Amino acid sequence: MIKSLYLIGKITISFFNSLGNLIRFSTICISHCFRPPIYISSIFKQMVEIGFYSLPVVGLTAIFSGMVLALQSHTGFSRFNAESAVANVVVLSITRELGPVLAGLMVAGRVGASMAAEIGTMRVTEQIDALSTLSTNPYKYLIVPRIIAGVTVLPILVIIADIIGVFGGYIVGIFKLDFNPNVYISNTIDFVEPLDVISGLVKASVFGLIITLMGCYHGFHSKGGAQGVGISTTNAVVSASILILTANYIITEIFFSI
Amino acid sequence: MTNKKIELINIHKNFEKKEVLKGLNLEISNGESFVIIGGSGTGKSVLIKCILGIMNPDKGEILVDGSNILNLKNSKRSLINQKIGMLFQNAALFDSLMVWENVSFGLIQNNKMKRDDAKETALEVLKKVGLNEKVSTLYPSELSGGMQKRVGLARAIANSPEIIFFDEPTTGLDPIMADIINNLIIECVKDQGITALSITHDMSSARKISDKIAMLHEGRIIWSGGPNEIDNSRNEHVDQFINGNANGPIKMEI
Repeated sequence: MIKSLYLIGKITISFFNSLGNLIRFSTICISHCFRPPIYISSIFKQMVEIGFYSLPVVGLTAIFSGMVLALQSHTGFSRFNAESAVANVVVLSITRELGPVLAGLMVAGRVGASMAAEIGTMRVTEQIDALSTLSTNPYKYLIVPRIIAGVTVLPILVIIADIIGVFGGYIVGIFKLDFNPNVYISNTIDFVEPLDVISGLVKASVFGLIITLMGCYHGFHSKGGAQGVGISTTNAVVSASILILTANYIITEIFFSI
Repeated sequence: MTNKKIELINIHKNFEKKEVLKGLNLEISNGESFVIIGGSGTGKSVLIKCILGIMNPDKGEILVDGSNILNLKNSKRSLINQKIGMLFQNAALFDSLMVWENVSFGLIQNNKMKRDDAKETALEVLKKVGLNEKVSTLYPSELSGGMQKRVGLARAIANSPEIIFFDEPTTGLDPIMADIINNLIIECVKDQGITALSITHDMSSARKISDKIAMLHEGRIIWSGGPNEIDNSRNEHVDQFINGNANGPIKMEI
């Protein structure tokens, strides 16, 4: 009994300790985003790393999601003769949910892991200490460019994912389900509202913040050599994925609950 | 004016329940090459990290040029760190940057030097440590351990620091390369009048590069003196350490 209580207490203290550290880390990093010096060239480098190199994986995910969505919604709607709603369902699902969430999860897997591994390796090989000795603030040099790049590039990625995803639905609609191309396009354009796209872009920015913060936080606090870096990488991806899904619900609730 | 460049007064540092530094006192004079020896886990690296501001001691004062450098704001701390160079145990070169970019990092970031000028300066400093221009465009992963140490040394001296710290400068190197590094340290430090604090296990290196040696044991300095005095220290801990005896008052945790 006492052992169980001890274990519960230990886990609770450890949880709140980690939460406190994460909040402190996030506050420091975000406050540094608004104070000079800002390393512009590092921001552009990270934009290319996060945005450009994630295009293939995000594009492929989006196109197949759009295609599957068209197929599945057609199967469902054909049971009560509502096939014409396929285009609406595809565009709303992609812009509101699947575009930002799938892009976020894919980028979390690709970029979050790589950030945690890179910064974690720098931590265990004393490169972060070396930065401090060279009078360079590691938060500003390593983390701020990644956060700014993540927050600004994710919405662009999501716009591209939205377009590709809708195009995937269009391909299936036209070539497999025999929809009229003009009708499909007009159904898509007529039913999508600015708020559908805007909510997706806001989600994307928040997901960008979550992915970069989690990758940097876990990398920055790596310890114990290669094994420690491996654990940080896993934690970065898992925590970013969970937080993305949680934030997705909260933002959806804020935008569409009224 | 005081001749003390670095002064540590009653430094304590704990890690959870483990007390690593227990009231350590140390004085290093201007232009002196001071070497601290001691077993693994005695707090040598912690000591340097406390002076560098990477860690904060729990108690005590650290003075550089007579001013307490603890609990300074980031901008003031950064100014202090610009006076200091550091050669890390494994060089800690930035993987993503070329050799010359590593060497000129401080010049570009702090002195706002243009990249072309910084490259020129980096090439000159690399020459000082015996590396040619071809090496400058390589990445750290393409260098041997000895070359990495030399690049680390070049990075440490590129900004013309007043103080340099060497963390195990010869560890992991063959005896010849270790001697080359020792000579480079002497050239860079003694010839330029830089104050140096080195921590090492390597007694031949300690004897060669030091003006003064101190032994750290159980969180305190238990002996200090010149390199010529260490063989007659009359301290059984020092005798055991410099002779590398398994038996003696120092008990290693196995």
